[in-house]
Amino acid sequence: MDFGYYPGCALHGSSNDYGQSVHSCLDALGVELRELNDWICCGATAAHSLNHALALALPARNLAIAERDGLPNLLAPCPMCSMELLKAQSALAASDDARRTFSDVVELPIRGDTQVLNLIQVLQQIGLETIKGKAVRPLSDFHPACYYGCLLTRPPETLRFDDCEHPSSMETILRELGAQPVEWNCKTECCGAGMTMADEDIVLKLSHKILSNAKEHDANCIVVACPMCHVNLDMKQPDIDRRYDCHHDLPVYYLSDLVGLALGLDERSLGIDRHFVVKR
Amino acid sequence: MARIGVFICWCGENIARNVDVEQAATQVAELPGVACALAYKYMCSDPGQSLIRQKIASEHLTGIVVASCSPHMHLRTFRKAAAAEGLNPYLVEMANIREHCSWVHHDRAEATAKAVELIRMAVAKVRCDHALQPIAIPVTRRALVIGGGVAGIQAALDIADAGYQVVVVEREPSIGGKMAGLSETFPTLDCSQCILTPRMVDVGQHPNITLHTYSEVESVEGYLGNFKVTIRKKARYVDVAKCTGCGQCWNACPSKKTPSAFDYNMGTRTAIYVPFPQAVPARPVIDRNACLHFLKGKCGVCAKKCQAGAINYEDQDTSVVEEVGAVVVATGFQLYQIGKERNGDGTVGYGEYGYGEYPDVIDSLQFERLVSASGPTGGEIRRPSDGQVPKTVVFISCVGSRDNAKGLSYCSKICCMYTAKHTMLYKHKVHDGTAHVFYMDIRAGGKNYDEFVRRAIEQDGAQYHRGRVSKITQENGRLIVRGVDTLVGEPLTVEADLVVLASAMRPADGVEPLAQKLNVGYDENGFLSESHPKLRPVETNAAGVFVCGACQGPKDIPESVAQATAAAGKVLVMFGHEKLAREPEIAKVNETNCAACFTCVRACPYTAIEKAEIRDRKGNLVKRTARVNQGLCMGCGTCVALCPSKSVDIEGFTEQQVYAMLESLE
Amino acid sequence: MSKQIVSAEAGVFGRLHVADCYQCGKCSAGCPVAEQMDMLPNQLVRLVQMGRFDRALKSEAIWKCVSCMTCSTRCPKSVDCAGVMDALRELAVKQGKASKKRLRTLLFQQAFLDNIRRNGRLREVELIGEFKTRAFLKDSNISLMLSGAMLAPALLKRKKFHLVGERAKDRAVVARIFEKCNRLAGASSANGRPPAASPENGQHR
Repeated sequence: MDFGYYPGCALHGSSNDYGQSVHSCLDALGVELRELNDWICCGATAAHSLNHALALALPARNLAIAERDGLPNLLAPCPMCSMELLKAQSALAASDDARRTFSDVVELPIRGDTQVLNLIQVLQQIGLETIKGKAVRPLSDFHPACYYGCLLTRPPETLRFDDCEHPSSMETILRELGAQPVEWNCKTECCGAGMTMADEDIVLKLSHKILSNAKEHDANCIVVACPMCHVNLDMKQPDIDRRYDCHHDLPVYYLSDLVGLALGLDERSLGIDRHFVVKR
Repeated sequence: MARIGVFICWCGENIARNVDVEQAATQVAELPGVACALAYKYMCSDPGQSLIRQKIASEHLTGIVVASCSPHMHLRTFRKAAAAEGLNPYLVEMANIREHCSWVHHDRAEATAKAVELIRMAVAKVRCDHALQPIAIPVTRRALVIGGGVAGIQAALDIADAGYQVVVVEREPSIGGKMAGLSETFPTLDCSQCILTPRMVDVGQHPNITLHTYSEVESVEGYLGNFKVTIRKKARYVDVAKCTGCGQCWNACPSKKTPSAFDYNMGTRTAIYVPFPQAVPARPVIDRNACLHFLKGKCGVCAKKCQAGAINYEDQDTSVVEEVGAVVVATGFQLYQIGKERNGDGTVGYGEYGYGEYPDVIDSLQFERLVSASGPTGGEIRRPSDGQVPKTVVFISCVGSRDNAKGLSYCSKICCMYTAKHTMLYKHKVHDGTAHVFYMDIRAGGKNYDEFVRRAIEQDGAQYHRGRVSKITQENGRLIVRGVDTLVGEPLTVEADLVVLASAMRPADGVEPLAQKLNVGYDENGFLSESHPKLRPVETNAAGVFVCGACQGPKDIPESVAQATAAAGKVLVMFGHEKLAREPEIAKVNETNCAACFTCVRACPYTAIEKAEIRDRKGNLVKRTARVNQGLCMGCGTCVALCPSKSVDIEGFTEQQVYAMLESLE
Repeated sequence: MSKQIVSAEAGVFGRLHVADCYQCGKCSAGCPVAEQMDMLPNQLVRLVQMGRFDRALKSEAIWKCVSCMTCSTRCPKSVDCAGVMDALRELAVKQGKASKKRLRTLLFQQAFLDNIRRNGRLREVELIGEFKTRAFLKDSNISLMLSGAMLAPALLKRKKFHLVGERAKDRAVVARIFEKCNRLAGASSANGRPPAASPENGQHR
């Protein structure tokens, strides 16, 4: 089984621990990732806030590259990237005119039929039975609060993934691997996303709320599938503790971390040792 | 030899302003067959009609054309005038030179030319007209009422009290409908059961009413005045004739844990049960999905307890056929299923409100049971999760209503009123409690309605917040309701012990297949269509079928009752005649020509065409043919368009006439 | 405001179904940052409905929005409220009306886009440096400059810190895509001012 791979800037930058985790985990499952040749940034919030055309063109270029490289299924582990790719794709699918215009803008032909997948969808395609078959270590010590954030399920009509109010796909996978996910109330609340630099107060406030709710519902860790969520909940956790005079002490794992651990990989090979909050 | 009179109306200025009526009269006088043509200021007035009658007599007219307004307006007037002078009324044609001409054109010369053309076509048509006779249809003076809620009860009692037989069919084990489960009713706060149950008893005891409960309409044949309705009586496993309703059986039944549908799953009932104590008939049914006898083959406690020997485990569904002349549909409503409505491949809507997930988020009918003296808590307001008295209750309006994205686009009309009522009933029972209402608009149009809402706010202190709720979560047994008050422009979070969702009103389950059986139209939401929204509000496009209550659109009790009485009135108008006269302009098969392909039988939207056989005197089959049922045909012409051998025509509107009209144009 | 501008704006907001909004406020009820806004999302939509763009464009709220899309997801009338926020931000910059009080958000986003335009991919350290310098030049407030400085060694230790960072190989095509998109955006803006992906083009000098 192989998938096209669009890492996006974060996984090649400060969230390279996520990149490492995804690679190690999927490698152990026998999946080969074929990275897009010379991909470019999706534009993220900056593009859709300031320039509508750019917010379509940047992801459209990457979709066109995937088509050129012959990669019909494309894993984009960053939900911001996959959401932007899918938004561009549905805009392109809506009209022949748009397809022509943007083919011209990005200087590559676009059909717009690439299947863009997030990490959870790739694990689903690999199959729960397969993953369970390769698992060697039950995750019974883990009581994770599965955190989906905004962009794994919103906007629902574009992403068409899971239930946008009560998602449960991560829980389904982790429960199969022996973990005991908790029910809690902030699965789809926003952590403050990309406001870290521009408005740290918002990020600290929203992320504090999420960490507190997870704790109140007896979670002993949080599981995410998003580099931005990880930054805000893990890297910022010491700042949150200081600001709100508390001690959350909640390790934040990527979904691929826990699946990787179940498959018998060690923390080092998954990059867990590079997180800020580590389990003592 | 045709002698046609043409009468052109000025309609005061309405026509004469833009059409030169005198010139038109001069021009059409020249048309072949026209014996006289004249204009007059008001043709529909008494002198106008006299003019027509004089000319019919003096000119020995064989047909007339009145060029004036729409035939909807005055065709009947002119036909009556002609008939009074001995001319067959179906030899009267109209040319609409007002709506179709003078009102929509401003160039006088062009309008006049068009008026002449329209008259020319009408003359061509009347030349091919022949005398027709109205169709007389016998009426079975017996009515069927489908649905035994407050609307059905009212309609049935009105018709029965007028002296006619009524058959009532109710799907549930008892009549009473949704109203039987309500607590108190707005705007007077009188007890729902106190005002309804005497009327239920009246239905049960009325000598003119035959009641079929736990029964459904299976099929409908026939037509206006002559319906044959097959009713399936579901197996009750209790012989109603023998049973005395003593209650020994249900008191002894060991299976006690079935959620009670009458209490909207807020309470439980036994396997053999009456839905509520005042049920009519007060006879139980056995729920075979809960009964140990049916599930495990043992038990039989009810049969042992019953001294009347009324328990019959071998009972089967049976069918009865009832012959009736008119049908009143009063199938009522159900609530929009919050978070469970199917749309294509998935459910839609309101995951954010946690209904079905948090036990203390309930819908409005469930709240009615919580405050009802006959409800599962005996009228004490106790929340489902832990039986505590809720100190803060949030009521949310427009759940499912006015929500294009997740629910239904329409306003359910009654929720503003019952939500105000709910806050009052709550405050009357929990004096130290707080009632919050999140609303978008308050729609309280009705006698004493707005005053009622103001009382809830001003006297009972309900906290009204203008804004929708975005999300409900549960923390430590309390519900966190995240809303907004747009009037202060601030988000507002309320911690509540109970949340009541004012769910939208939808037509009852199964109304669409029933409508199809009755040939009654319905809209995209499943509400039955009335014939005309203003002038024929209880008639349907199926002759002899009437609607009332919430199956036609969201409405409250007073409106349902008023509409039910109106429907009963229309039935009584029908029953005032021994025979009904129908206009004869319907399809007629040329049985000699008919090739018996029966394309028409399959195409007819009113199932008005039957397969028939022509036999000679000895009974030998001569040929097969299609034949039109005169009671059912609505004269739509679908069969005419489809008949490959051109063997069917609409009387008074034949293909020959249509072609003649077209050919008359220059 | 000229008639032309109004009609261009009407086109953008028409596509986002702004006219359908009946002011239920569900967007504001669910917004995670509504408490910090000077004007609620439903009030911004109302201003757009009334054609009073000026107040909406100058609001701080549009720069507080975190683009979580909760508003659009739950809207009973399918108004794309998050899309309205994007359109207001884009217009605010074009018309030079972006709130001075929330300048940092804009500066960050502009620095972000400039960075991609040059590199094709984001170079984080370069972005942070550029953003902080620009912010300092605007408000002469040194605290932002210094904040997070303590983070660098922690990141370095975790091998999350790339002093140089990556670039795309074909950067010329990226530059051309930016140019063409600016032209597309310019064509749809009625005042003809080039859109400001960079502060050089913007109104905040």
